[in-house]
Amino acid sequence: MIPASFEYVVAHSLEETVGLLAKHGSDAKILSGGMSLIPAMKLRLAQPVFIVDVNGVSGLEYIREEHGELRIGAMTREAALERSSLVKHGYPILFETAKVIADPLVRNRATIGGNLAHADPANDHPATMLALGATVVAHGPHGDRLIPIDEFFPSFFASALEPDEVLTEIRIPAPSVRSGGAYIKFERKVGDYAIAAVAVNVTLDDHDTCIAARIGLTNVTDVPARATSAEASLVGHRITEQAIADASRLAAHESDPKSDLRGSAEYKRDLVRVLAGRAIGRAVSRARGGSH
Amino acid sequence: MTQTIPMTAAAIGGMGHSMKRKEDPRFLQGKGNYVEDVNLPGMLWMDIVRSPYAHAKIVSIDASKALAIPGVLAVITGKDLEAYNLHWMPTLMSDTQMVLPVDKVMYQAQEVAAVIATDRYIAADGAAAVDVEYEELPVVVDPFKALLPDAPVLRTDKPGKTDNHIFHWEVGDAAVTDKAFAEADVVVKQDIYIPRIHVASIETCGCVASFEKTEGKLTVWMTTQAPHAIRTVFALVAGHVGLSEEKIRIISPDIGGGFGGKVPVYPGYVIAVAATVLIGKPVKWIEDRMENLQADSFARDYHTTAELAATKDGKLTALRFKTLADHGYADAAANPSKFPAGLYHICTGSYDLQAAHVEVDGAYTNKPPGGVAYRCSFRVTEAVHTIERMVDIMAHQIGMDPAALRMKNFIEKEQFPYKSVLGWEYDSGDYHAALQKAMDIIGYDDLRREQLEKRARGEYMGIGISSFTEIVGAGPSKDFDILGIKMFDSAEIRVHPTGKAIARFGTKSQGQGHETTYAQIVAQELGIPMAHVQVEEGDTDTAPYGLGTYASRSTPTSGAAAAMAARKIRDKARKIAAYLMEVAEEDLEWEPGKFTVKGNPEAFKTIQEIAFAAYTNHPQGMEAGLEATHYYDPPNLTYPFGSYICVVDIDAGTGQVHVRRFVAVDDCGNIINPMIVDGQIHGGLSMGLAPALYEEISYDEAGNCLGGSFIDYLVPTAVETPNWETDKTITPSPHHPFGAKGVGESATVGAPPAIANAVVDALWHLGVRHIDIPMTPSKVWKVLRDHGVTGS
Amino acid sequence: MSMKTVNFTINGEAKSVQAESRQLLVHCIRETLGLTGTHVGCETSHCGACTIHLDGEPVKSCTMFAVQAEGKSLTTVEGLAIGGTLNPVQEGFWEEHGLQCGFCTPGMMMTATALLRTVNEPTETEIREAISGNLCRCTGYVNIVKAIQYAQRKMHATPAPEAVLQGGD
Ligand SMILES: Cc1cc2nc3c(=O)[nH]c(=O)nc-3n(C[C@H](O)[C@H](O)[C@H](O)COP(=O)(O)OP(=O)(O)OC[C@H]3O[C@@H](n4cnc5c(N)ncnc54)[C@H](O)[C@@H]3O)c2cc1C
Ligand code: FES
Ligand code: FES
Repeated sequence: MIPASFEYVVAHSLEETVGLLAKHGSDAKILSGGMSLIPAMKLRLAQPVFIVDVNGVSGLEYIREEHGELRIGAMTREAALERSSLVKHGYPILFETAKVIADPLVRNRATIGGNLAHADPANDHPATMLALGATVVAHGPHGDRLIPIDEFFPSFFASALEPDEVLTEIRIPAPSVRSGGAYIKFERKVGDYAIAAVAVNVTLDDHDTCIAARIGLTNVTDVPARATSAEASLVGHRITEQAIADASRLAAHESDPKSDLRGSAEYKRDLVRVLAGRAIGRAVSRARGGSH
Repeated sequence: MTQTIPMTAAAIGGMGHSMKRKEDPRFLQGKGNYVEDVNLPGMLWMDIVRSPYAHAKIVSIDASKALAIPGVLAVITGKDLEAYNLHWMPTLMSDTQMVLPVDKVMYQAQEVAAVIATDRYIAADGAAAVDVEYEELPVVVDPFKALLPDAPVLRTDKPGKTDNHIFHWEVGDAAVTDKAFAEADVVVKQDIYIPRIHVASIETCGCVASFEKTEGKLTVWMTTQAPHAIRTVFALVAGHVGLSEEKIRIISPDIGGGFGGKVPVYPGYVIAVAATVLIGKPVKWIEDRMENLQADSFARDYHTTAELAATKDGKLTALRFKTLADHGYADAAANPSKFPAGLYHICTGSYDLQAAHVEVDGAYTNKPPGGVAYRCSFRVTEAVHTIERMVDIMAHQIGMDPAALRMKNFIEKEQFPYKSVLGWEYDSGDYHAALQKAMDIIGYDDLRREQLEKRARGEYMGIGISSFTEIVGAGPSKDFDILGIKMFDSAEIRVHPTGKAIARFGTKSQGQGHETTYAQIVAQELGIPMAHVQVEEGDTDTAPYGLGTYASRSTPTSGAAAAMAARKIRDKARKIAAYLMEVAEEDLEWEPGKFTVKGNPEAFKTIQEIAFAAYTNHPQGMEAGLEATHYYDPPNLTYPFGSYICVVDIDAGTGQVHVRRFVAVDDCGNIINPMIVDGQIHGGLSMGLAPALYEEISYDEAGNCLGGSFIDYLVPTAVETPNWETDKTITPSPHHPFGAKGVGESATVGAPPAIANAVVDALWHLGVRHIDIPMTPSKVWKVLRDHGVTGS
Repeated sequence: MSMKTVNFTINGEAKSVQAESRQLLVHCIRETLGLTGTHVGCETSHCGACTIHLDGEPVKSCTMFAVQAEGKSLTTVEGLAIGGTLNPVQEGFWEEHGLQCGFCTPGMMMTATALLRTVNEPTETEIREAISGNLCRCTGYVNIVKAIQYAQRKMHATPAPEAVLQGGD
């Protein structure tokens, strides 16, 4: 399978990138990890006229804590997230997400920025970022713009980025005390997108009452989405087995999966229930100080 | 015939040694020579335009935009081939199949036109630029509906054809079987579907075709498992346009996995040949993975209603299978001609059944043609899966342990050679020993106890057994042929003056390690170190005629031929040795590598000395040289067997089946290279796991292929694949020259029912009787749900 | 069609090639440079037959454009053995029968070589996860795992005798 022809330019700075995007408009596409874009081009599902390779822009690969946030450069590869001990110990939900994306070879190229920018509801980072309440930094002709993740996925396969903007950073609030997160994905085999996956982040008070909860869903909605009524059912309560079961049922109810080769809609909805239950349980146990 | 093989010294490396493979150094260093690696000066590339519809009339093909692209040299359509009467070709089952269509397409992804260009990128652009106008026709996807009276007739090319029925075939005595069923205490009946799957070797298919105008010679480097048969087919099909067999050379270089998918002649090969003949330059065609999965021959696709009868104490008495085979739009199965359903009537399996009746009907549908094997011998997998499922259903039905029911009904060791009620003569076996060994290794009784405890806690654990009998090594030529060519196979050995040898064969390795195992056979028989035996296959200009490698036939046929040819050489060597030492032939004793004068161990001639003499000092009146050829026609097939036990745990929340353990005890008779046999079994088991849990090619109502790329055709990775535990028993074949049976496919045949039986075993108490493979999470979840289980 | 000059090193040798922007790196390696040990088994980035090292990391060369290799250091299977001496991974694959048809093998060995460079003593589970982007249809993976374990032992033991390039017990 052979991609159609295109023009290729390596950008060396964000300014150059933005300039090229502004000049070529919707004909242009950013190339970062290429792990979504190039397969689509090989199948000629995508036929961009102009490719701006941002791998030449330095300073976009980092993982650091600063200003009470975890800041991740857009070009950070999944493999780097997986290997980071800061991520592994401080943000296990993110570690669990990176580790189940595609396969290890793909993860050596795929970037977290591309994963969000691609806005594919089957991708894994959107749900996790929704659960973590992340903020996306977009750089455009007028400098940086902060986009709350809740506003980042406006419609099917679309992100809130303007055509002349490049995603540069993801910011995740540092975990508050007694909070915990978990991501559980169920796939047909390694290298597959999720049949369904659930990301959960909860915060408890000293009496084990849930004071905050965010739940993101993967591949069971048209756009990456939260299970807000499930979240609401947890907040203000002690998280008992019953509370988990109730919240999982609500999450399943809020999902809107389609039947396909991964399974029937009915199956996927129930899978959301099962995975939500397991993920809430794990997140709560982490919030209480357990590691699982 | 005694069948213990003397062990040669490690330096000779005959049978029984785990010799490292001779072919590996080139593969390990990236120096393999696969078809895509062949590049010739001036070579052009071919890309194929394919149909988006499953059934449609071709209104027009407009190639003008494609031809306007610089570098696009030609666009070949069915009309162009029709001018030479090459637009249709015969299938291996004497049906017909389009090379390129003239008026209508019959399945999605069918070849519609071919673009020839100077480079693969330009060829792809050309293919994208060909405009084809279609008019959609009604699509027939379901083979049962295909046989209804009002179904649209698909093969309108066949004069007088009024339905979609291809063949009816039956074996066994219906009346005796009916009577046995009528008298039975217990009858179980089950619909079992074995879905369409694809071998998906990691190398796809392709060729480089090169026609030398001045010589009039066609050379084709081709991904084929049967180069000689292909040469003859080309000569028969294209003889009328001047291709004559002596001017055709098929080269099958290194092959990146075959498994049956590289037996047929695909349209792409023929178009590339037509293109090189027309244009006069070499043409390369390499299909991509999607073309491979969507258009190349499929395997399986058998819909069966199976019935099994028994006495109430578990003695099996009769079996009845009624099967509908979906062949797509042409019967392009790769079966021996006499057997439209292959060796499916091996379906009485490992059991001493006295009554059986099998019927198979073939139907046309709007799907790609086929019916090839998937690492198995002509439909034996379908047979084994169905009987092994039925035996388990029967065991559960009458409340008997599935192992005990098998033990009670196995053909006894003393009954071999055993004549089955459906006409096969099993050569040898000891089924009880294999099952017992598997049970001992896995700790069967403990597992049953664990299962009871788990069940009490609401956990789902299952234990599945499969005690299969394979049937390989086709075949005795009286029964087996492909397009009339008898299924013998060949070996030619030449011993050089310095005592080194070259051996050539009619088969073709696709990863089985022939360069090593054949050298070991020659080493065993002649005592020439295997390191000094050069093995060649796959070039029809040099190798002796043979039918190729599939259906685990290489060791049973060409391997046997190697032994027989070597024995001819040994006979001559004896004469030379007698002459050199001035003794009578009868006074000589052979041990691998030398002839010694009886009672005088000091007086001997080595095979190397004899070889030298064969060229320098041979007896007057004897032909010089030391070589022999043998065309081996096996007196019977061989019947490898084994018992597999699988333990699964099922996650009731997700429906996932986890294979916790899998023990495989195989018996393939005497072993040439234990390391290679183990490797074959590991690979076969993995290709048994795959269809049991992951792989399927299905179609929607419009005939769109689902699962047509590696996105949805789920070839298992190392993570899904369990750590196979293997062991063996050895029951030599009494009729094979060195007692071997063939092993490459046993595990693919035996594994799926072990896994399926384990899953149903875990769920039987809920009322589950059967689940069709692949047992995907969503399917298992549905079964659990339908039986009242909600997991968490 | 716009051609670009691309400079990189491959198996230690500096190269300058002409490539169309859309040329996939695997085709540049196989066709422009004639290094046919790197294979193609799919177009959806699933099989890993095309695995090479890009600045030391294993990647799928079918899912990169040749122009992206500018300034990079590439290694293919042809660069694993030095002076006819197999590297420990190649030796392990030979000793443990980690290959059959050999088609997946180059990619598999590139992944394995990189794994053993970064993880000292991978467990069986870690090995299986590491090679999960490489499909093998022939071996059932058991002997591939053993081959990698062999290489791991070899790399962490004292230097062993060279593997000789011919069949032998
Ligand atoms: C076999 C396979 C399996 C996969 N499985 C999974 C999976 O299970 N889960 C999962 O989440 N993903 C999966 N992926 C997708 C993978 O994670 C992709 O890498 C990811 O979706 C996109 O990241 P990328 O860096 O490769 O982006 P690219 O492919 O380079 O780009 C993707 C899109 O985003 C745009 N883009 C990229 N970067 C930016 C930026 N910084 N600013 C603005 N726009 C940008 C591009 O223009 C393009 O439209 C899989 C991919 C493959 C090949
Ligand atoms: S060719 Fe399959 S992943 Fe590259
Ligand atoms: S050895 Fe054949 S695909 Fe791996």
